Amino acid sequence: MKLPKSQIFLLVALLVAGGFSAFSGRIDPYILDVTLGVGIAITLASSLNLINGFTGQFSLGHAGFMAVGAYSSAMLTTTLGPKLGASAGVLQWVLFPASLLLGGLVAALAGLAVGAPSLRLKGDYLAIVTLGFGEIIKVILQNVDAVGGARGLVGIPDYTNLFWTFGVAAVTVYVVWALLNSTYGRGFLAVADDEVAAEAMGLNTTRYKITAFVVGSFFAGVAGGLYAHLKGYLNPGGFDFNKSIEIVVMVILGGMGRHVGVIVAAVLLAVLNETLRSFGDYRMILYSLLLILLMLTRPQGLFTWTPRKKSAA
Amino acid sequence: MFVPNRYFPPPISQLLGFSASPRLCGLSLRGFFGRSFFLGAVLALGVSWAGAAAEPIRIGEFSSLTGREAGLGQYTHMGVQMAVEEINAAGGVDGRPLLVLAEDTQSKAGEAATVVRKLITRDHVVAIVGEGASGRCLEGAPIAQRAGIPVVSPAATNPKVTEIGDCIFRVCFTDPFQGTVMAKFAHETLKVRRVGVLSDVASSYSLGLAGFFRQRCIVDGVELVGEQKFSGGDKDYRAQLTALKAARPDALFVPAYYGDAGLILLQARQLGLTVPVLGGDGFEAPELVQIAGAAADGAFFPVHFSTSDTSPRSRSFIARYTQRWNKAPTGVSALGYDALNLIADAIRRGKSAEPKAIRTALAGTTGFEGITGRIAMDSERNARKPASIVRVEGGQFRFLQSVAP
Repeated sequence: MKLPKSQIFLLVALLVAGGFSAFSGRIDPYILDVTLGVGIAITLASSLNLINGFTGQFSLGHAGFMAVGAYSSAMLTTTLGPKLGASAGVLQWVLFPASLLLGGLVAALAGLAVGAPSLRLKGDYLAIVTLGFGEIIKVILQNVDAVGGARGLVGIPDYTNLFWTFGVAAVTVYVVWALLNSTYGRGFLAVADDEVAAEAMGLNTTRYKITAFVVGSFFAGVAGGLYAHLKGYLNPGGFDFNKSIEIVVMVILGGMGRHVGVIVAAVLLAVLNETLRSFGDYRMILYSLLLILLMLTRPQGLFTWTPRKKSAA
Repeated sequence: MFVPNRYFPPPISQLLGFSASPRLCGLSLRGFFGRSFFLGAVLALGVSWAGAAAEPIRIGEFSSLTGREAGLGQYTHMGVQMAVEEINAAGGVDGRPLLVLAEDTQSKAGEAATVVRKLITRDHVVAIVGEGASGRCLEGAPIAQRAGIPVVSPAATNPKVTEIGDCIFRVCFTDPFQGTVMAKFAHETLKVRRVGVLSDVASSYSLGLAGFFRQRCIVDGVELVGEQKFSGGDKDYRAQLTALKAARPDALFVPAYYGDAGLILLQARQLGLTVPVLGGDGFEAPELVQIAGAAADGAFFPVHFSTSDTSPRSRSFIARYTQRWNKAPTGVSALGYDALNLIADAIRRGKSAEPKAIRTALAGTTGFEGITGRIAMDSERNARKPASIVRVEGGQFRFLQSVAP
C-alpha cells in the first residue's frame, strides 16, 4: 500500500527542517530568531486550532499551558544539564528533546486537571475558566523563588534550532490533521457542529473535549519549551492574557478550523510584527488596523483552500 | 551635525524601512527577507563610498518605548537622544558622528532577545544602551554578552543584571548599595544610635534592602532595637508601629514602595511616632505625598537624580532638557543621558570604536562626570557613585546631600 499523503508531508517537512538546520550557522542570527519565532507560532496556533477551531471550545488559557511547558523544560535543562557533564551537542540532541517532551507532558497534565472539571461548561463559561487558569499560573510563577519569581528565570541554554522548531511544528500539524481525519476524530467536528446532536448519536462529548484540550495543551507545552531555549530567559509576565489573545487572533484570522489558513495566519502575524518595527510608535496602530481590515475583507479566514478529502473513511 | 535616528522623528524614508540610506527611497515590494538582504548589500556599498571620515559610530538602544512601562522607556530615550544631539553638534566623537538605533521592547517579555539580536547582527552596533527594566535587561543582555558587545543599562537596579558577564555595566546604583548608603546617612548625618526596621516579606527588593541596611548598621555600631514585617498591600500597620515605638528608636528604616510607605508614614505620625523615616528609591513618586499628606514631611530617601539639585551641572541639564522636550526630566532621563555620554567617553578614552576596546575603557572608568554624579566602575561593573538623598518638605522632594558609598 502507498504511504498516505499526510505522512509523506511529515517526512518531507522533517527532512527540509533538518537540511536547513545544517546550514543555520550561515544564517543571520536575527533572521534565524524571527524564523524560529514563526515556527513556534505555527505550533501554538495549530494546537489551539484543535481546541478552538475544530472542537469549538473557546479557550483563553493557551499562554498558561505554554508557560507550564516552558518552565518545566527550562528547569530540567538548567538543573540537570550541568550535572551530566556531557558535551553541548549531546545535551542539545538528547537532553533537550527529553526536556521538550517533559514540558509537553506536564502541560498536558495541567490541561487534564483544568479540562476535566471545566469542560462540562460551555462557551463563555469555559473561556472564563481558562482565562483564570492562565492568570493563576502566572501569579504562582511570580511567587516561586526556585524559578526566579518575578525577576524571571535566567541562564537557559540556547538549544532551540531550526530542526527542533520546525520538526515540532510539522509533527503538530500532522497530528492535528491525522487526528481529525481518523474515524475517531470526526467526533471533534461533530462536537463543534452540534453538541446536542452529537450526544444524541452516542458520542461522549465531554471526553472528546478533554482529549482535544489535553492534546492541544501538550503541544503548547512543547512550544513553550522551544520558546524558553530560544530566548534564554523566562519571565512570568510574558505569559499573560495578551499572549493567549495573540494565539487566539492567529486562529480566528486563519479561519477557525482550517489547517492551512491558521498556519498562514501564524506566519503572517509573526513576520508582520517584525516588519512593522521600523514604524516606531505607529507600529501597534498599523498592526491593529491590518487586523481590522483583514477581518472585514476575509471574515471566513485568510486562506480557505482545503485539500481534497479522501473519499470515505 | 544632526543624524536622524530611527525613532524620533520618523521621516517618510524611515517609515518605508530605508532608514540609513535615503537614496534608496523607492517603495520596493520585494519580500521582507529578500529586501533586507538586498538593502544590506547596497548599504555596505554606500558606506564604503561615504568614506571613513564621516562614517557614524553606531550605538544601539533597547527600551520600553510603548506598553505598560512606556514612561520609563520614553524618558530614558529622550535623555539618550539629547546626549547624541549634543555630542554631534560639538563635532562628534573623534570627528565621527554618533548614530543611535533605538528599538522598542513594547514592555513585553520575548521582545528584548529579538531586538538585541537585530541590533547586533543587522545594525552592527558597537555598544548598546538599554533597558531600564531589570527583567528585560536580563533577557537581552546575555545575547550581547555572547557577542562581546558592551551594554550600559541606565536604570536596572537588580544585582543579577551585571552578574551576566563582563560586558554588562550600569550607571544607576544597585539595591545593596542604597541599603548601605541609607545606613551610613542615618549614622553620620542624622546621628542615629538606635534604629527600627519595618520591611515587606513579600518583596525581594524590600528584604534585600533591609539586609544590607542591617549589615552596615552593625559595622557602624548602630543598635537595631526593633524589627517588624508586613506584607505588601496591607492597609493597617499600627500593630508593628506600636511595637517599634515601644522600642524607642531614633529613626525608622522602611524599605517599601510608595503605596505602602505612604500609609506607614501616615499611621506612624498618628501614633505619635515622630522620628525620621528613611526609605529606598521606591519612595520616589508623587503618590507618596498624595497618600501621606503632611505626614510625609521628614521622610528621607535616595534618588538617582534630583531635579532640585542646585549644582550648575544639573541646573544646566534641566534647562537644556526642558527646552528640547518641553517637559521636565525625570531620574531616568538623566541616567539615559549619562549612559550614552559614558559610552562616548569610553570611545574617546580607548581611542577606538571597537566593542572590545569600548568594553575595556568602560571597565576602567574612574572619574566620569555625569549628571547623576561622578561615576566610577567597580570590579562588578556597577557604578560607584554617590546617591542623592532627598527630604520631603511641604510635599516637595528637596535635595539634601550626596552620600558617597
